[in-house]
Amino acid sequence: MSLIVDIKKDLGTFRLDVQFTAENGVTCLLGASGCGKSMTLKCIAGIERPDSGHIELDGRILFDSRSGIDLPPQRRRVGYLFQNYALFPNMTVRQNILCGLCRVKDRGEKEHLLGDMLHLMQLEGLENHKPSQLSGGQQQRVALARILVSDPQLLLLDEPFSALDGHLRDALKIELRDLLQHYGHEVIMVTHDRTEAYNMSREIAVMDAGRILVKKGTKALFADPGSVQAAILTGCKNVITAWRAGDYTVEVPDWGIRLQTKQEVREGLSAIGIRAHYFGPATPQNRFPVEYVEEMEEPFELILQFRYQNQSKDSPPIWWRLPKDKRPASFPQELGIAPANILLLYD
Amino acid sequence: MSIDWYPLTNSLRIAAISCVLVFFTGIFFAYYAAKLPRAVKGVLDVVLTLPMVLPPTVCGYFLLLIFGVKRPLGIFLLKFGVKFVMTWYGGVLAAAVVAFPLMYRTARGAFESFDATLAYSGQTLGLSNTYIFWRIRMPACRQGILAGTVLAFARALGEYGATSMLIGYTPGRTATISTTVYQLWRTNDEAGALFWVLVNLAISTVVLLTVNMLEARQKKAVVR
Repeated sequence: MSLIVDIKKDLGTFRLDVQFTAENGVTCLLGASGCGKSMTLKCIAGIERPDSGHIELDGRILFDSRSGIDLPPQRRRVGYLFQNYALFPNMTVRQNILCGLCRVKDRGEKEHLLGDMLHLMQLEGLENHKPSQLSGGQQQRVALARILVSDPQLLLLDEPFSALDGHLRDALKIELRDLLQHYGHEVIMVTHDRTEAYNMSREIAVMDAGRILVKKGTKALFADPGSVQAAILTGCKNVITAWRAGDYTVEVPDWGIRLQTKQEVREGLSAIGIRAHYFGPATPQNRFPVEYVEEMEEPFELILQFRYQNQSKDSPPIWWRLPKDKRPASFPQELGIAPANILLLYD
Repeated sequence: MSIDWYPLTNSLRIAAISCVLVFFTGIFFAYYAAKLPRAVKGVLDVVLTLPMVLPPTVCGYFLLLIFGVKRPLGIFLLKFGVKFVMTWYGGVLAAAVVAFPLMYRTARGAFESFDATLAYSGQTLGLSNTYIFWRIRMPACRQGILAGTVLAFARALGEYGATSMLIGYTPGRTATISTTVYQLWRTNDEAGALFWVLVNLAISTVVLLTVNMLEARQKKAVVR
């Protein structure tokens, strides 16, 4: 079971040029808004037409510019959950879900499948409601129910949680993750939220300006994003130009320091990243004198900004994030970083 | 005194038939114009909207140029016994041409504000494009479509300029309410003119009340 995507499309301001394969499980396209990730989903679903390329799902060719194959969305068997859920406002919950059963001809079977789905998605009792009468979470469940009854061979989720309030979002993430575990096919999810990507997916492809920069296992990506864009998108707050100064040494000119690394530094290093959590007043390695700049309080954490003693004036302060109860009595004279926590970023 | 009701029945049938014609053609052009490339769309838009901004008599003049009995198309149609000049169904043509832009433009506005993701999600679910058009797009745009239809009907009912150019005024054959009002007033039959003015007022009021009622019922259905 696999999805193969290799498409090109001119989008005016940039060119979409995406190649990837996805196997069972949830694959996430992570990227800033406008990077082409939704357009990629639309091309897979057949809503938009790539200029050239090839899309294949479980051996079925959905699109191939060379042989002129371009299946209409109706025949692709690809489920698409839109950001706004796209429920038909003039139809009840029941009628909406029946739209997903339009391929089933037998009326008895239709009713049977509908009943099963209403039960699975906990929508019993809401059959005759209009979408406008439902909460955001219920709307998402109806939209998913409508898609899942149509038995799609691939599921596309476009920013599935962006229309929801914060407190609902976390509950629905767990609900959707559990539901997707029982769904036997590939899932492609698009998001700009790294936490969502981390929560939901097995693999992440990082997109920027129409291209996939890197695609790897979720944990591996966060541990070693590999490029500046990927480091920023995975939430790394301190990304700074650096160059190789030895097999295990990098020079950071703007900070006026040299750092020891655990990973071997290859040629072509362009920057390093240090996650805000990874500075430590007691860490013995890579210790340098620092000066306090300012701070920002969050509900449970504290962001302390500091500068290295020899840091250049134009270089922005560095973020150090720590739980509030770990706050030192006075701001430390020196901060260290474990060599394993230095992310090496290449172009 | 017995009243000749012909202008009423004639006006109603002209308005009703042209309204049906304009309903489908207006929606058709509105739907496909939205899909055309921008340059073609701009030109088509101007051509389709012209009858709204031109004086109706000018529209009538053009219609005579095309369908006049001495013009090629007029001569051709006459072979099949079809004559748009001085016939009641010529009135349908005149009213439809003048009312068309109202339907076209309101329907186009409604289609343009339609949330395209609704159509896309219907397609990915396997619904046919025809089903999506009639059961999802049209209901979502019904306010605009309904408004356009009413405007077109009202315009067709009140059509005077193009109608008088193309079909003139023949009592019992081509007379409509609006041409009758003018003829009666012109011949100093003020009471007769006033009578038909009141009839016209009554019809327009009923139409508008019906629309308001339909809209109120719709709103209720949405809230409930």
